[in-house]
Amino acid sequence: MGILEVNGVNKRFGGLQALNNVNLSVEENTVHAIIGPNGAGKSTLLNCLIGKLAPDTGSVTFDGKSVLGRKPHEINQMGISRVFQTPEIFGDLTVLENVIIPCFAKRDGSFRLHALESVEDEAGIGERAERMLADVNMLDKRDMHAASLSRGDKRRLEMAMCLVQEPRLLLLDEPTAGMARADTNNTIELLKEIKASRDITMAIIEHDMHVVFSLAERITVLAQGTPLVEDIPANIKGHPKVQEAYLGQAHS
Amino acid sequence: MLGLNKTDTKFLLIVIFLTLATPILLQPFAENSGLAQFNAGYPDLMQRFAIYGIFAIGFNLLFGLTGYLSFGHAAFLGVGSYSAVWMLKLLSMNVLPGILLAMVVSGLFALVIGFISLRRSGIYFSILTLAFAQMSFNLAYSVLTPLTNGETGLQLSLTDPRILDAANTSGSLPVTNLFGAAMSESYKLEFLNRVFTFNVGYYFCAILAIIAFYISLRIFRSPFGLMLRAVKSNQQRMNYTGLAARPYTLAAFVISGMYAGLAGGLLASMDPLAGAERMQWTASGEVVIMTILGGAGTLMGPVLGAGFIKYLENIFSKINEHVLHGWFSWLPDGLQDLVVWIAARFTGEGWHLTLGLMFMLVVIFLPGGLMEGGQRIGKLFRRGREDVPDDGTGNRPKPAPHVAE
Repeated sequence: MGILEVNGVNKRFGGLQALNNVNLSVEENTVHAIIGPNGAGKSTLLNCLIGKLAPDTGSVTFDGKSVLGRKPHEINQMGISRVFQTPEIFGDLTVLENVIIPCFAKRDGSFRLHALESVEDEAGIGERAERMLADVNMLDKRDMHAASLSRGDKRRLEMAMCLVQEPRLLLLDEPTAGMARADTNNTIELLKEIKASRDITMAIIEHDMHVVFSLAERITVLAQGTPLVEDIPANIKGHPKVQEAYLGQAHS
Repeated sequence: MLGLNKTDTKFLLIVIFLTLATPILLQPFAENSGLAQFNAGYPDLMQRFAIYGIFAIGFNLLFGLTGYLSFGHAAFLGVGSYSAVWMLKLLSMNVLPGILLAMVVSGLFALVIGFISLRRSGIYFSILTLAFAQMSFNLAYSVLTPLTNGETGLQLSLTDPRILDAANTSGSLPVTNLFGAAMSESYKLEFLNRVFTFNVGYYFCAILAIIAFYISLRIFRSPFGLMLRAVKSNQQRMNYTGLAARPYTLAAFVISGMYAGLAGGLLASMDPLAGAERMQWTASGEVVIMTILGGAGTLMGPVLGAGFIKYLENIFSKINEHVLHGWFSWLPDGLQDLVVWIAARFTGEGWHLTLGLMFMLVVIFLPGGLMEGGQRIGKLFRRGREDVPDDGTGNRPKPAPHVAE
């Protein structure tokens, strides 16, 4: 049984069946990619996993516990972190503060009124955040204003913010969307390093085949709201159903 | 010291010094000189500086840190005043119980209003708080007359019970005090042809203002303060980082409401009456202007803004046509009348016009408020003096805001 289990999930928007009886199982400590052409329901599926959308029917469980009906911050506290398509960071704060905040969230839970303590005195938290920044090669930028970072660095920072919480599952929503080739390759390298250095499960929603085949250990192909195939990358490439989904009926 | 690092301790000490020396610093012009009317060192005005400073510091904790613009903070000010006057009527002329009750009651009010209003953000939040404040104003003005004495306002009377105080046989109204030291009591010192007034009420307000400032400083530097800035920066990321934004904003709202309640209680302690107009939307708007004028999100800005507005309101408004004629008497007659007429639009009754222009200039040219203005001047000054070596700072990103100095 996988760490993330999706069973019989349906989601309908008016006349559009966005997700049609989706079953998915993500094994612990693997990189699992979910691919599919535009409109296949990838983003809808992701939004159902993180509490942004509620499926009409079906169940989503993480580590045996249902995530349905929970708020995003509760789902994060269960051990799921999310990287967004466009990096979501605290632009007004410094890079270091950006990483300190998730450290506090991890230690103190979703709310604590620590109004008369000092951030500076939290040596443990500060060190941890700095170590994390060193891991993603951003320590020299610690005092920079996060909004002034380059796109690639924002992505790195967002990853650092997620990883410092030591999540059991990292969800990545098109982590290289809109990136130049060099930045894409950097991101792939970063993700590989991350995977190699710790026990972590990743679920990647991705468009870019280069990224998917460089990283994924298992791939689910989604088309028109239904999973077509789930297999290892080698078997996906030449799979007739996949080609059909991507290239259209005429090819078959 | 006191849980602060070196820089902040120095900063706090400077603030304490300036606050305590206010009666001297605000009396720079010699008595009987033409500029004596610009002296602001009289008790009533100094008390206002301290009290509205507290109000603005509290407002800034909400608006400056979280970005939630409350347009109803005067409600808490008014509630604080009413609570304090009731304590003065029922319990004792000692101001402490009144001030404590003012903070408790305004905190409870803020809890209820914040709980409902914080379900929305942006302009909708502002409108909700405005609606609540106007409701409170109307309730105080009409429906709740037994509690608030309607449009006359709540006042002391000789028949009040005041159960803790000895019976009042003097036939005149008693004065507010702190364990016997009357708030209105002053010690006058004449020196260098200047009269310095050291007033008990001012020093009481000043000490509370220093405490209020100290707490605000601690909050700015705390993890809680960091979370509030995270709310302002990116709520989506905050939620997906496992933090619940609403309890943080609610806590900030309640703390800020209690600051307003303290300010209201102090207003009533200095001058024991409370009227509904204290809750009107113009009063809410005033604290918004104070904070933005001084610099939202900075530590000193709101205090500066409060002082600035109260100075304009009380000093600038005293410059009438008669005074202006005195100033411009050296001009030929026709021109003199014209200049005086123009100047009179901006002074006296017209001080709001000056304030409006100032506010426009600050918002357009100094988005960081007067604090930013001060910092820019400081930078120019430093560059001119010692020619700061340019270590490629041109390419360095600007430091994060809120790192208040």
